[in-house]
Amino acid sequence: MADALLRLENITMQFGGVVAVNNLSMEVAEGEIVALIGPNGAGKTTAFNCVTGVYEPTNGEVSFAGQPIIRNHPQGRMQRSYLGEYAEHYANQRVLHPTPDHITQLGIARTFQNIRLFGALSVLDNVLIAKHMRAKHSLFSATFRLSAGEERRMRKEALALLEEQNLAHLQDEPASSLPYGLQRRLEIARALATDPRLLLLDEPAAGMNPQETQELTDFIRSIRKNYNLTVLMIEHHMDLVMQISDRIYVLDFGKLIAHGPPEAVQDDPRVITAYLGAEEDYAEY
Amino acid sequence: MSKEERLRRGQRITWLLVAALLLLVLVLENVIPPSRMLFPVLKKGAVYALVVVSMNLLNGFTGLFSLGQAGFMLVGAYTYAILTIPTALRDGVYYLYGRSAVHFSLPEMYARLLGSSGLGGAVSLTLGVLTALVCAGLSSALAAWLIGLSVLRLRSDYLGIATLGFGEIIRAIYQWDKLGPITNGANMLKSFPTFTSFNIKNTQGQIVLRLSTLVPLMLAGVCIGIMLLLINSSYGRAFKAIREDEVAAEAMGINLARHKMMAFCTSAFFAGVGGAMLAMYQNQVQAKAFTAAMTYEILLIVVLGGIGSVSGSCIASFLFIASSEWWLRFLDNALYIGGFKVPLLRNGFRLVVFSFIIMIVVLFFRQGLMGSRELPELIAGFWQRKHKAKAGEPHG
Repeated sequence: MADALLRLENITMQFGGVVAVNNLSMEVAEGEIVALIGPNGAGKTTAFNCVTGVYEPTNGEVSFAGQPIIRNHPQGRMQRSYLGEYAEHYANQRVLHPTPDHITQLGIARTFQNIRLFGALSVLDNVLIAKHMRAKHSLFSATFRLSAGEERRMRKEALALLEEQNLAHLQDEPASSLPYGLQRRLEIARALATDPRLLLLDEPAAGMNPQETQELTDFIRSIRKNYNLTVLMIEHHMDLVMQISDRIYVLDFGKLIAHGPPEAVQDDPRVITAYLGAEEDYAEY
Repeated sequence: MSKEERLRRGQRITWLLVAALLLLVLVLENVIPPSRMLFPVLKKGAVYALVVVSMNLLNGFTGLFSLGQAGFMLVGAYTYAILTIPTALRDGVYYLYGRSAVHFSLPEMYARLLGSSGLGGAVSLTLGVLTALVCAGLSSALAAWLIGLSVLRLRSDYLGIATLGFGEIIRAIYQWDKLGPITNGANMLKSFPTFTSFNIKNTQGQIVLRLSTLVPLMLAGVCIGIMLLLINSSYGRAFKAIREDEVAAEAMGINLARHKMMAFCTSAFFAGVGGAMLAMYQNQVQAKAFTAAMTYEILLIVVLGGIGSVSGSCIASFLFIASSEWWLRFLDNALYIGGFKVPLLRNGFRLVVFSFIIMIVVLFFRQGLMGSRELPELIAGFWQRKHKAKAGEPHG
């Protein structure tokens, strides 16, 4: 696929002697909804953190819209203790390690597994903060209100976004006072405010009941359409994943064990084994 | 009345209150004899309010635990003094080092352009002092930038310890003998324009209008106003986001290194201006006064006023200075009623009582006086309750 928006190549993340993500390669094409699934501790969130710049992967390359944005190879002491593959492949290339804000600037926004809103700040402020990055102003012009027009534009756009997400009536409430489902929704709205091309959702349905999950499914579909988004998500709720994903990648113990359309992955024996345990274990019960 | 309208009304009332208080100070100053304790308390309170708000900007709004405030004040105080001591008096001030290495004085430079008597003199003094205050701020912002390059990567307590260390290093550098011709070593700098220089005199040299208390209040007010504008701007929101959750702030595209540096330098700028004003208040400046104890005192006022509240910081500053310098002074003197000597009252007892008061505040008012609220919100809240009571609605 030449037109992949996001491409991970041989990503390995090793902490000390533990390989959390092992030689993961995957692609997300423009406009797709792709899910990354796997049992607990499979390395899904670690893979996310490698893409968003929170972690520096031990080896491998991430490209966004055709441009390499993250690249690394084992260095220093890690050279000897490295347990993964393809280290020589990137050894002679320049190391790229942007900070998370730089990744966001490129157009990759994310939400967090355990909601990370700015709890004491108002709902509106949460969205305005996400708008800060793209506003044209300096410390001086913002302080002395020389860029008041920019501030007005930010407010208008933020309010419009809240209106769309049905959060406008709560704009003055502290974010932490919102019920759980709305906090999730606000976190997605906040990510949308950074004008992303790719949205990374880390377990968006965690802790939701079936009805809320169904609403979330429709919500993700609608934002993909309205914002021309590409979505990559980590999820445990299989009904959500099966309903909206175009393709699924399955991780187990840091390794990619299957990928393909939902129906194919669902019937893959390796996936069933990973989720339910090996067959001989199964027979004992 | 909507919430927003109430808040706007609260803001209007707050501004009116501030303006009325300033006017009251102007009148009182010219009616009451200047020897009264009220005036030094107001002056020092204004200086402290500025420094405390600058520290709150960093510790309360950006969530950076920094303890370098006294160091930055020192840089500002010295820059101000060095730039404004009249050239004729310099040799007297620097007599231990022969002569001063700086051969100009900002108010005199303006005086050369505008004339040194009458209105020209007043304007050149004002312009000279204002320029020197800005230079004082810039020099401590520069110091903060240099320090920030290395320490801002540290988190929480580590940052506090590192900035505390740098504060002490700054003090040592300014007392260094080799810099004597500039900083006068460990000796004091004096003879620069102070707040009393702003009293307006007639041709006979009699004071017509006293402004020496209003000037520091106005200067501190303008600086705090600028910080308020900053806090309520997009950058202020970004600072608060860093305080709330660094990881999320960074994921929302806020460059942590850049924004932390901005907050650090802005805070140092206003601490520098505050330091210069402290020098003006004291009529002299000596590096040994800017110890870590001064930083702790400022931090204490930040906590007492409410971490993350500008108006809390201001109110707490005045209350703190008034109680430590004025209201509790009587505890230090032995008191006789008839032939009976009141027990416990002796030199040093004030500090015991003072510590008790602070302990009570910290124990029972964990959030400080204001928490993270501001005065306009409180007034708006008061209005809401009154409104509800009138309409006969139940509370809550």
